[in-house]
Amino acid sequence: MSRPTPDPVAVVKRRRDAALAALVGGVPYIAFMGISFERRGDELTAIMAFDDKLIGNPVLPALHGGATAAFLEVTAIIELGWSLIWSRMETGAPERRTQGDERLLRLPKTIDFTVDYLRAGLPRDAYARARINRSGRRYASVHVEAWQDNRARPFAQGTGHFIMPDLAASDPDTEPSHE
Amino acid sequence: MNDTVKAVNAARFIDALAHARALGMSLEQIGDGRAEISMPYDPRLIGDPATGVIHGGAVSALMDTCGGAAVMSHPDGTQATATIDLRIDYMRAATPGQAIRARAHCYHVTRNVAFVRAEALDDDTENPVAAATGAFTFERREGTQR
Repeated sequence: MSRPTPDPVAVVKRRRDAALAALVGGVPYIAFMGISFERRGDELTAIMAFDDKLIGNPVLPALHGGATAAFLEVTAIIELGWSLIWSRMETGAPERRTQGDERLLRLPKTIDFTVDYLRAGLPRDAYARARINRSGRRYASVHVEAWQDNRARPFAQGTGHFIMPDLAASDPDTEPSHE
Repeated sequence: MNDTVKAVNAARFIDALAHARALGMSLEQIGDGRAEISMPYDPRLIGDPATGVIHGGAVSALMDTCGGAAVMSHPDGTQATATIDLRIDYMRAATPGQAIRARAHCYHVTRNVAFVRAEALDDDTENPVAAATGAFTFERREGTQR
């Protein structure tokens, strides 16, 4: 048995970037908020480009707490959706690595989300990264941190619980569990 | 504060918040620690393209705005506030095409903190879309301490 030749790096990158673009590009609200994602391997960083329409306190001025909450929640949901795509894309059979599979673009649903406002959001770009603390077949718990100028001084953090999309029901690869 | 001043402040409230304006929010009622704000259905706010359901983030923004409005309308306060923390439970998806209405009540204040409960409703008012609890910064006006 000979080991299959790995795909050229450009092919791998194109495949990953296309998958991420399909996941993010399908959600109108992400575009409305001006949120985009940068990828390094499987690590995602969300970026919310500053815009006047994100202002909540005109006197300071500061980002609206709602815009901050939305930014954290979007980051958490995309991180979860991306983790599902990644495992399929990188470990699945080659013919499963295509992007035409609509089921892969289904996003988890939020059960609850809690935001801590640590300091006022400045009128500048904001960045966020999410960490999946637990991800099971049905439920996931995700923590998100957002910062602006200084990575060591986050201006908001959030924790949320999510219901995973029902991939298993329509997925011949996943054996149903009989616990 | 007399009623005329209150009404003028209420009208200015949303106008001053660029993000609330961008989401199309309008203040329906405000006063004595209670507020009601509505947000029309808008395809730009869709979070799930398969169903057309509004993104939870937009509902969070509505709840946060409404909670802040309730705090600012509390008779003992100085009309300035910021969110300390906000937790939202999403009970069901908002029905696509329907406006979402948030109601918030600032049910307790201390010298420095205001506690708020809120819920979000669509046309099926029996079954809330979401519920929220939050803590906000609060500054008691002089002469109102108990």
